Amino acid sequence: MAEFTQPNLLPALPEIVMLAMICLVLIVDLFLSQEKRWISLLLSVLTLVLTAVAVIAVAPVDSVSTFGGSFILDQLAVTLKIAVCVVVILVFIYSRDYLVDHEIYKGEYYVLGLCATLGMMIMISAHSLLLIYLGLELLSLSLYAMIAFNRNSKSASESAMKYFVLGAMASGILLYGISIFYGITGTLNINQLAEVVSLKIEQYPVPMAFALTFIVVGLAFKLGAVPFHMWLPDVYQGAPTSVTLLIGTAPKIAGFAMAMRLLVDGLGDLQVDWSQMLMALSVLSLAIGNVIAIAQTNFKRMLAYSTISHVGFILLGILSGTANGYASAMFYTITYAITSSVAFGVLLLLNRKGSEAENIADLTGLNDSHPWHAAMLAIAMFSMAGVPPTVGFYAKLSVLQSVVQIELVWLAVFAVLFSVIGLFYYLRVIKVMYFDKPIPDQIITIKQALDVKILLSANGLTLLGLGIFPSALMGYCILAFS
Amino acid sequence: MYADWPLLSLVIWTPIVGGVLVLVVGDRKPAAARIIALLSSIITFLLTLPLYSQFNIDTHLMQFVERHDWIPAFKIEYFIGIDGISMPLILLTSFTTVVVIISAWEIIQYRVAQYMAAFLIMEGFMIGTFSSLNAILFYIFFESMLIPMFLVIGIWGGENRIYATLKFFLYTFIGSVLMLVALIYMYHKSGSFSILDFHLLPLSLTEQILIFLAFLVAFAVKVPMWPVHTWLPDAHVEAPTGGSVILAAIMLKMGGYGFIRFSLPITPDASAELDWLIIFMSLTAVVYIGFVALVQRDMKKLIAYSSIAHMGFVTLGFFIVFRIMAGDGGSQGSVLALEGGMVQMISHGFISGAMFLCVGVLYDRMHSRQIADYGGVVNTMPVFAAFMVFFAMANAGLPGTSGFVGEFMVILASFKASFWIAFLAATTLILGAAYTLWMIKRVIFGEVANDNVKALTDINKREFLFLSILAIAVLVLGLWPDPLVRVMHPTIENLLNHITISKI
Repeated sequence: MAEFTQPNLLPALPEIVMLAMICLVLIVDLFLSQEKRWISLLLSVLTLVLTAVAVIAVAPVDSVSTFGGSFILDQLAVTLKIAVCVVVILVFIYSRDYLVDHEIYKGEYYVLGLCATLGMMIMISAHSLLLIYLGLELLSLSLYAMIAFNRNSKSASESAMKYFVLGAMASGILLYGISIFYGITGTLNINQLAEVVSLKIEQYPVPMAFALTFIVVGLAFKLGAVPFHMWLPDVYQGAPTSVTLLIGTAPKIAGFAMAMRLLVDGLGDLQVDWSQMLMALSVLSLAIGNVIAIAQTNFKRMLAYSTISHVGFILLGILSGTANGYASAMFYTITYAITSSVAFGVLLLLNRKGSEAENIADLTGLNDSHPWHAAMLAIAMFSMAGVPPTVGFYAKLSVLQSVVQIELVWLAVFAVLFSVIGLFYYLRVIKVMYFDKPIPDQIITIKQALDVKILLSANGLTLLGLGIFPSALMGYCILAFS
Repeated sequence: MYADWPLLSLVIWTPIVGGVLVLVVGDRKPAAARIIALLSSIITFLLTLPLYSQFNIDTHLMQFVERHDWIPAFKIEYFIGIDGISMPLILLTSFTTVVVIISAWEIIQYRVAQYMAAFLIMEGFMIGTFSSLNAILFYIFFESMLIPMFLVIGIWGGENRIYATLKFFLYTFIGSVLMLVALIYMYHKSGSFSILDFHLLPLSLTEQILIFLAFLVAFAVKVPMWPVHTWLPDAHVEAPTGGSVILAAIMLKMGGYGFIRFSLPITPDASAELDWLIIFMSLTAVVYIGFVALVQRDMKKLIAYSSIAHMGFVTLGFFIVFRIMAGDGGSQGSVLALEGGMVQMISHGFISGAMFLCVGVLYDRMHSRQIADYGGVVNTMPVFAAFMVFFAMANAGLPGTSGFVGEFMVILASFKASFWIAFLAATTLILGAAYTLWMIKRVIFGEVANDNVKALTDINKREFLFLSILAIAVLVLGLWPDPLVRVMHPTIENLLNHITISKI
């Protein structure tokens, strides 16, 4: 055994900052009265800002790894971590009024949310099979608790239970796949894994394909790809909307990072195999996500199925197996997270004391009472549908382009045809907001806290801004894979 | 002095900025919103005039070109320019928008600012579509303009507006996504999204046919051609007057423009191979839809069907050229056919816009579009009746009006291809006269049908203004089409040379 050497802690500075701050929030919150709960929120947002600043401060020119190569900080990690921090800031601020109204305005919400974020950060930087798993579990366990956060809600407890059971099973499946690879290669480090796999691929083709299947299944479950999507609609619907907002945005970014680390960095030599698996998952997700979303009347459930179809698009980018495709998928994931935070953000604002506004019908006549919010939600819907000049169009364009590049034109045609079906249910939301007259005795009131309004506007207009000038973000995505 | 200005960009972005400004002013100050909207549309129109006066008619090359990097990762450029095909359409767009803004002046009371802003923003997108020389830029404008139109029909439309507007959006979207895949495929082949590079890109016949079909779906829905025309009558009937006018006058032209900018030059061999399909669809539109128009009871629906029939001439003119060249018609006949199609597009823009405005004038007073509710309007609205009869004559293709010129050119050219094609096309002269004039007879002439008609008041100054502007346009173009034909001639000739060279 080699002597113990002090690892370079600098690349992990953002995580260290975050962990320290989490402890601080946890302690400070104990001494706060309910009126001063905003201090917890402020500290949590500060944590995220500090973490993002730390990420930028330690961002390397190329890439550095530490902890014996099991932790990596590269361009991909830097961009994704900043995206995660920004999205979680939005989540925390959007959900404040909702939490107050539903009497779950507690410090634990922020602590758990920050723990989940820490899990995501670790997933993004993990370069060892075990560390990936640790990050994933930290994320998942925090989310299970957050879903059940509202103890008085039966549906929340039910969906937490469901998510927990299925999530644990998926983790087990993933772990099983990891253990077989460990058995074949004798290493947990992603870099060494890649080397050994390329050496032994001739020798053990069947065990490797077998293990790969388990890993892909675990990934598909976490991302919510068909046929491993069943938990998603129930969890989206059952969870408090503020938690749905978190589940529906940032973890997708972390999930993308996990797919990149595992499949591309670690198992790049098995690309032929996993591309085909992802293709099947993607085709099914696009078809089933879009078709079933049409039948939904619950807005959260509809967005759940829409998420499934978007995962199909993200997988399209990954399966192309080219740097171009990975960059497109990354762009798609980040912009999707930003887009759905607008959609859930508006939905959160519609909630009133004691009742959840979550049906599409609850949006009736929004343009008459709150034209600005209606416009923001409309932009989000058009962006999800991929209608220019919103960013969703450019995200779809870049993914389609990477698919056509590997000569899978039929797959591109399939994807666009199903996105036309998808268009229908997004348009229905706009129809309800703009074309239907408001119901007289059900006047929508929105709490207009200034900070929320400014952030939401900025968030919504970003969708347009990025749609017109996507170059900068796209540049970072391409840089991550060059 | 103009030479240094980014004139084309100004023309695209002035109305969009104006539209945003109107939105900012908001619905609470309708008077201000109206005035800002009118000013923006007039400024835009004035800005388009130099595009005509400074236009160099000796070249087929793109003019007023602006080219900047935009999204370098995929070589997507902000690349705009115009030639003899797109310039007249841009003028038509800016002209029509002014008319639409005036026509909506006091008619629209619900959410005035949003209405005006939708049309201004749409104007910018439409001009952008006509001037884009980068395929993705084109696609972005092409799709973006659906959003304001979707809202216009859905918010200010008639009873069945939601069905109509969803159908409109989904139909046009499904057409264009296939085109998007085709564009990406050509980017993959050529390494560029420039439309001009696509023109030179060699493609095998199979590739060409697939790309051609993708374009066909996109543009046939837009034109619309039989059998994918069914969204148009619904959309027209339910749309507010302004929406119908823009839809008929400009949006339908996107399809025709697409054929002549994309299909013909990018896939000339596939176009020659499959021209029978387009000719068949066009003739069906002319003959069958002509009969369908005859039995309509709703005035807007009748005009909508007549639009489909008239647009049949456009596509016929564009695709008959291969038959003419295969025969001994020579280039003279082919030029005639293409120019006829173009003239027909511009002329139809004026005439159908005017017809919808006329119906709008009646609808604002009676709140009915049913022909049966009218009769003897001439007795109470003599000035209006004069206008409507004039536009109806133009719609029927009366010599001396612009409606005659385009149709005559296409029919004349068709004779060089085949007698029977020309014969079927010429039936429109009978059918068009039949359905238009019969409607006029029932609505305008005869005894005063009921008390509602008796109570009608004649058009006011505002209505007189926009109807007379259009009447002058129809008359001038009918009597003296040369200024229009002259600007497009070099471009058309170049296009014809281009499509005779095989790309295989």
